[in-house]
Amino acid sequence: MTPHILTRSLDRSATIFLLIVAAVGVLLPLSNLALPADSMFQVPTYLLALFGKYVCYAILALSIDLIWGYCGILSLGHGAFFALGGYAMGMYLMRQIGPRGVYGNPILPDFMVFLNYSKLPWYWYGFDMFWFAAAMVLIVPGLLAFGFGWLTFRSRVSGVYLSIITQAMTYALLLAFFRNDFGFGGNNGLTDFKDILGFNVQAEGTRAALFALSCLALMLGFLICRAVVTSKLGKVLIAIRDSESRTRFLGYRVESYKLFVFTLSACMAGVAGALYVPQVGIINPGEFAPANSIEAVIWVAVGGRGTLIGAALGAVVVNYAKTVFTSGALAPYWLFMLGALFILVTLLLPKGIVGTFNAWWEPWRAKRDTANEDSAAAEDGVSKPRPAE
Amino acid sequence: MTHLEEPVAAKPAHHAPAIVDPVVAAREAEARQKRITSALLYLDGVHVSFDGFHAINNLSLVLAPGEMRAIIGPNGAGKTTMMDIITGKTRPDEGDVYFDGIHDLTLLDETQIATLGIGRKFQKPTVFESQTVWDNLLLALNVDHRVRGTLFWRNTREQTERIGKVLETIRLTDSRHRLAGNLSHGQKQWLEIGMLLAQDPKLLLVDEPVAGMTDVETHQTAELLKEINRDHKTVVVVEHDMTFVRELGVKVTCLHEGTVLAEGTIDQVSTNDRVVEVYLGR
Repeated sequence: MTPHILTRSLDRSATIFLLIVAAVGVLLPLSNLALPADSMFQVPTYLLALFGKYVCYAILALSIDLIWGYCGILSLGHGAFFALGGYAMGMYLMRQIGPRGVYGNPILPDFMVFLNYSKLPWYWYGFDMFWFAAAMVLIVPGLLAFGFGWLTFRSRVSGVYLSIITQAMTYALLLAFFRNDFGFGGNNGLTDFKDILGFNVQAEGTRAALFALSCLALMLGFLICRAVVTSKLGKVLIAIRDSESRTRFLGYRVESYKLFVFTLSACMAGVAGALYVPQVGIINPGEFAPANSIEAVIWVAVGGRGTLIGAALGAVVVNYAKTVFTSGALAPYWLFMLGALFILVTLLLPKGIVGTFNAWWEPWRAKRDTANEDSAAAEDGVSKPRPAE
Repeated sequence: MTHLEEPVAAKPAHHAPAIVDPVVAAREAEARQKRITSALLYLDGVHVSFDGFHAINNLSLVLAPGEMRAIIGPNGAGKTTMMDIITGKTRPDEGDVYFDGIHDLTLLDETQIATLGIGRKFQKPTVFESQTVWDNLLLALNVDHRVRGTLFWRNTREQTERIGKVLETIRLTDSRHRLAGNLSHGQKQWLEIGMLLAQDPKLLLVDEPVAGMTDVETHQTAELLKEINRDHKTVVVVEHDMTFVRELGVKVTCLHEGTVLAEGTIDQVSTNDRVVEVYLGR
């Protein structure tokens, strides 16, 4: 079974993508650790942390592309699942601080001492164990997505209405997490992390390992997405995207499919958030901001919806641009540029970077393949080059 | 109404049990004992109104197993609404709709009804345009339609052969790797009929299959539908094209304002005074 899924899901571009991510995941940390600081090939630690952030965003973009690109579910609240995964990891990291906090309380994190908590809230139990926190990284976003999806998909909420409800969901969570009595540190969030699994989160070695792990998670997430979209289930998802009612009349339970893929996507977003938090060193309610989720959708649109590789690429490209433009004289105009980028991509590159590339490349490749097949007496019509759309 | 038939034979395994609701199950068990009718499709006294507009008005229609029926009627006669009721898209306000004598279709949703073995071809050809002809047929194939089944689906020789057979019947074998969106209008209509065949339903509802087709294609479609009917499938064809209906040579039901106006052979119906009045205006 497994080899079959692998051979089916790995076409040439998927393999190239995986090899590039693997190379980046190995070479960047190596250069950071092994080369002397004055070498021109040495990647400084701050850059490694920055790229680590991009890789986490790429995983988030992948999860959005899975539901939006292949199943037509436009979630404008996916940042919520990302942030929940981040909070689960943040809670583990807070419990690891132990008596090293400012107030020196071995059990209660600093903000709880500050807010006069007498004991640890019940929902913080277990987060001192890594395996528990790691499980929660998947379970909490997964459960929320399952409950949310069960209610909305069953009552056939779709299209723009679903998008609006997802926005409301992430906004409600934003407000809840801002509250001090909610037990997650209020507007300051969770920060001052010390250790992860006994390693100092600030240490260069730990950062390099986290970067490599993020790349590994990206590869794994990509493989899972590819396995899903190249299976027959992937064809059903596309069928739902293109004509939901037709799919119903064929006897498919559309809401089950949506629920499956939405929950899977939320779990992936949770993992992305969990890897993000130790690398940036903080998680606060700002991550729930509706604008963050919309930005993530723009990454996918820029890179190319329904291509997976495009989503990851879009996340990296747009965030790199953001880093460049928000650190100079143009900083106040970044949001305008982001908006302009979205409009320009929608008008000029409606298929995004990768989609446009494919549309240009496919006919050429098909022509070449036909030439190869013609000598082998291919059947009529089968291998004719597809006209470009 | 004839009743007391043999209990229905066990359904083929690939028709997954569609009934989950205990109320529905109880009602079906009761129906099975009584077996309300020997007809495959049984509509009686059906009413539907949308915002006070009576789309379907006391509609009654009985189809015997293996029958092919043509439904004609002017625009707004309720032909498509009738199909919506049978396939679970619209719920009737009143009336009985039974499939196979035991399944009360008014209690089931689209997916359950499709799983029972009712396939539908839409008025406007609706194929999955961004997927290949082959994938369209694969999606329609009546194998496990649950999430896990499709995630771990593997092709089998039997499925390949079935799809191959359908492709031959609808004459699209050479186009099987083309995107459905790139097919001609007539080919799309045929692909949709092919999807119905792959579904292997007991009852086929075919809405305007020859709209936009050339004369040759129309003729071929009539032949195809007759062939499908010979395989003991029950077929309901809604059509405006009288030449086509005549070519089918089956019993015709004329609908008007949501109710049955006339029923009989095409010659009887087309000479019926009221039908002529409705079609030509008073």
